[in-house]
Amino acid sequence: MKDIKVLGPGCKRCQTTEDMVKTAAASLGLDVAVEKVTDYAEMAKYGVLSTPGIVIDGKVVHAGGLPKEDDLKKWLQA
Amino acid sequence: MTTLAASLGRARKSQGAWMAGLAVAVVLWFAIYRQLLPFAQWLVARLPIAPGSHLASSVEFFFYDTPKVLMLLTLVVFAMGVVRSFFSADRTRALLAGKREGLGNIAAAHLGVLTPFCSCSAVPLFVGFVSAGVPLGVTFSFLIAAPMVNEIALGLLFALVGWQVALTYLVFGLSVAIVSGWIIGRLHLESWLEPWVREVRAGDVDLEDEHLSWIDRFEAGWEAVREIVGKVWYWMIAGIAAGAFIHGYVPEALLSGIMGSGSWWSVPAAVLLGIPMYSNAAGIIPVIEALLGKGAAIGTVLAFMMSVIALSLPEMIILRKVLSARLIAVFIAVVASGILTVGFLFNALYS
Repeated sequence: MKDIKVLGPGCKRCQTTEDMVKTAAASLGLDVAVEKVTDYAEMAKYGVLSTPGIVIDGKVVHAGGLPKEDDLKKWLQA
Repeated sequence: MTTLAASLGRARKSQGAWMAGLAVAVVLWFAIYRQLLPFAQWLVARLPIAPGSHLASSVEFFFYDTPKVLMLLTLVVFAMGVVRSFFSADRTRALLAGKREGLGNIAAAHLGVLTPFCSCSAVPLFVGFVSAGVPLGVTFSFLIAAPMVNEIALGLLFALVGWQVALTYLVFGLSVAIVSGWIIGRLHLESWLEPWVREVRAGDVDLEDEHLSWIDRFEAGWEAVREIVGKVWYWMIAGIAAGAFIHGYVPEALLSGIMGSGSWWSVPAAVLLGIPMYSNAAGIIPVIEALLGKGAAIGTVLAFMMSVIALSLPEMIILRKVLSARLIAVFIAVVASGILTVGFLFNALYS
């Protein structure tokens, strides 16, 4: 099971990103645990400068702006 | 239907289709833009309003400015979206880390204008910069320049008010950011950060180098248009309505008496008035256009605009998470004095 974190203080884009991650995982039939990280100190530890950021199994794969759907699926399958 | 969608999808991926589409769009844009004033006049003449009345002049301003500002906004936002795809917060940080103050402040202010930045990213960005060894003052130059020299405000000023005002706004906005950041750096206020910020050891990220094609950049521009224009259009309409009212009804003598260059207190009053007001650049520019038309002094008006855009309460509340209240007070004081100086200087230069 993949452990996915969506980093963002709770702006609209972060919410959209979380939904996109869930939708993409569901369409691939993957079993994932999605967690929302809103704590700034936690975000800083990952070194993410612009939100929303996406962390998959401890690795930052995306930071800033909405991810592209194709990329998202690629990261999830990696 | 599905075949149409599929071919549209393919067209989106083709650089040639983008180029051709953009060329057609630009030609159409200029063709329509030139017809806006005659169209507004024609429309007002059809309405049961006495020609030459206050109402007619207000309504014409509204009918002319609404499509005009909307079109300009779309153009400016698209162009900026494409330009910004060349910059990223990570690259900017790498450029600024370890830079000395002085030169670092200058670089930070310029990058602040160009780096894509949304206010909800202000805190992670601030922490990320400081923990990566970007000096506090340089970080502030970046943080001040980003809202102070608003690219939308710049584009709209250029088109609606004139290039001289736009250029001066750019130069003075950058100067305020550079000097304010430098002063904050000189004050050595590192101990005034919230304690956790000083302790954070930021992790290193190595994102795969995203290779962007021109199609990606155009798509980024289009994405920016959808997002920003979708978000600010009601600010814009409200601003144009306010501008239309000023244009049609407010007597010139009254306004130039209050906001003219003769009254020294109008600049500080404009800055104070602007702090609690929070509007978007797209909403404030039509008001400015109308104020200037009525003889308000340019320095006073610019000071008001900078204060509304750059010093906003919501942003202060977000920044409170990383800065102590004292540091925020210093930040407001330094930036407000910078804006005051700009206002007075402008009034002295142009009166």
